Amino acid sequence: MITGHLLRSLDRGAWIFLILVLGVAAAVPFLNLLLPPSSPYHVPIYLVSLFGKYVCYALLALSIDLIWGYCGILSLGHGAFFALGGYAMGMYLMRQIGTRGVYAHPILPDFMVFLNWPELPVYWYGFQHFPYALLMVVLVPGVLAFVFGWFAFRSRVTGVYLSIITQALTFALMLGFFRNNFGFGGNNGLTDFKDILGFNVQAPGTRNALFAISCIALALAFIICRMIITSKFGKVLVAIRDAENRARFLGYRVESYKLFVFTLSACMAGVAGALYVPQVGIINPSEFAPANSIEAVIWVAVGGRGTLTGAVLGAILVNYGKTTFTTGLLAPYWLFVLGGLFVAVTLLLPRGIVGTIQHWREERRARAAGDKPVPAEPAPRPAE
Amino acid sequence: MDTRTTSSLLYLNGVTVSFDGFRALNNLSLAVEPGEMRAIIGPNGAGKTTMMDVVTGKTRPDDGDVFFDGSFDLTRLDEAGIADLGIGRKFQKPTVFEMHTVEDNILLALKNDRRVRATLTWRESAEEMRRIDRILETIRLTPLRERIAGGLSHGQKQWLEIGMLLAQEPKLLLVDEPVAGMTDAETRQTVELLKEINRDRTVVVVEHDMAFVRDLDVKVTCLHEGSVLAEGTIDQVSTNERVVEVYLGR
Repeated sequence: MITGHLLRSLDRGAWIFLILVLGVAAAVPFLNLLLPPSSPYHVPIYLVSLFGKYVCYALLALSIDLIWGYCGILSLGHGAFFALGGYAMGMYLMRQIGTRGVYAHPILPDFMVFLNWPELPVYWYGFQHFPYALLMVVLVPGVLAFVFGWFAFRSRVTGVYLSIITQALTFALMLGFFRNNFGFGGNNGLTDFKDILGFNVQAPGTRNALFAISCIALALAFIICRMIITSKFGKVLVAIRDAENRARFLGYRVESYKLFVFTLSACMAGVAGALYVPQVGIINPSEFAPANSIEAVIWVAVGGRGTLTGAVLGAILVNYGKTTFTTGLLAPYWLFVLGGLFVAVTLLLPRGIVGTIQHWREERRARAAGDKPVPAEPAPRPAE
Repeated sequence: MDTRTTSSLLYLNGVTVSFDGFRALNNLSLAVEPGEMRAIIGPNGAGKTTMMDVVTGKTRPDDGDVFFDGSFDLTRLDEAGIADLGIGRKFQKPTVFEMHTVEDNILLALKNDRRVRATLTWRESAEEMRRIDRILETIRLTPLRERIAGGLSHGQKQWLEIGMLLAQEPKLLLVDEPVAGMTDAETRQTVELLKEINRDRTVVVVEHDMAFVRDLDVKVTCLHEGSVLAEGTIDQVSTNERVVEVYLGR
């Protein structure tokens, strides 16, 4: 029955997307590992990790699109869940360093030795075990989102107010993680990783594997999102987005629906963060910066919210732009470009790239069928 | 729990609601019998919509009892809980799910398990499709079933919303100004539709349009400043001196 629903949930666009993602997952490592560096098609290793980073961002964008595009919850603090997943993975990687650290302490990470901590804090226990760390990658963001959402949605905090408190959440976490006595390495964060599951994180093989795993994670998350939005649950989400009161008076407990999808989305963001950390080699409190979360929302807006594939495309395009613009002559202007992009998309392309293309297609189909034109989306309410 | 206190389907006793000192409802008492259709009239600010808010759980009364079916205390339930008991509400402004098709609007309203787990594992069934077909037939929207609801005309949206309420299979239907903004022809059809619905459901209609209320030909309650001013047939109420005074000003 599950397989039946899975197959039904994937339309042609979804299949193309999945084939592309999995194709890239296989092609990039192939072009890096098997082609000689002299070949024009050789992908240098630094690009593999860069692409890996994009894929993690794409997964984060997907998690935002699920709640914003389909349920109207605009979280401006999703970077917090991403960073928490990243810290959970970082803690595992720190525990793997062992005696290879600067201070060669068998248990304590370097920064704890440096700060004269006598022993490992309780909340670091267990992180030497990979399965436990993986569990925490999903559980910590999930539980935080659940508790936060439980209070926020039950109190019927919506719209800009919800956006503002999510922003406050990530800001508060950032301030906390900056503190040395919080036990997560203060402003330096966690870095200098050595290996993951016994493989050197710097080795090309590991980096290619991480890239491929990130792609697979993105594909799986995409399938989960598709299954959600094509189910009746997904229809209820859209109903809540467009007419929350109607849904409530029809008997739907709006807060339960929001809570479920918000928690799921936070777990996805956590996985994205966990895959990101070993590929970039560091996690520090600046990942909690509110600006990061806002940037992620921009990716979704550029690609087209409520389209899933648009979120992924937006994340990759904007980050590719960022990589291009932040190196070389244009570097000082990147933030202007980013800000301008958001303004331009909001004014000129409110549906985003993929959203606009889909709208064109629907209009053409409707015209062919002799129907009235497809109505404009009910006035975009970006703040909800 | 068999502590039935009244034979009425909806029973309000001494309900008071204040907003910042303003008494929207003032010791309001009202009883609607099972199977009845009741029209509620009253000038602006008489408390008609607040009364609906109290019954559907949107507003908690400061004082008074609200019972449904004799045994359910509505002041203790939230909107979803009250909807689950079988109370449907139509808003003043037609409120449908604009980005869903007509058919999906009805599907979402069909009486069914509303919990997250149930909607996650929901599968289309022939029985549900038949129910949808029947409702679309009743509200005369069968040819438009694949249409996005946002593209419907105002009157069609009103009917779709009524169809959604029917799909909910409520025992009690609260209808807020159903003919506001409708053409005369649409108004006549709406009267027919409401009468048809009243055959197996209790209906409470709030309306400004006196001609419409006259066409409904049911017991009328006139509210004024948050309490009942007069009750009876439309002729009794409309000739009541105090009602005339309130409507025309003194």
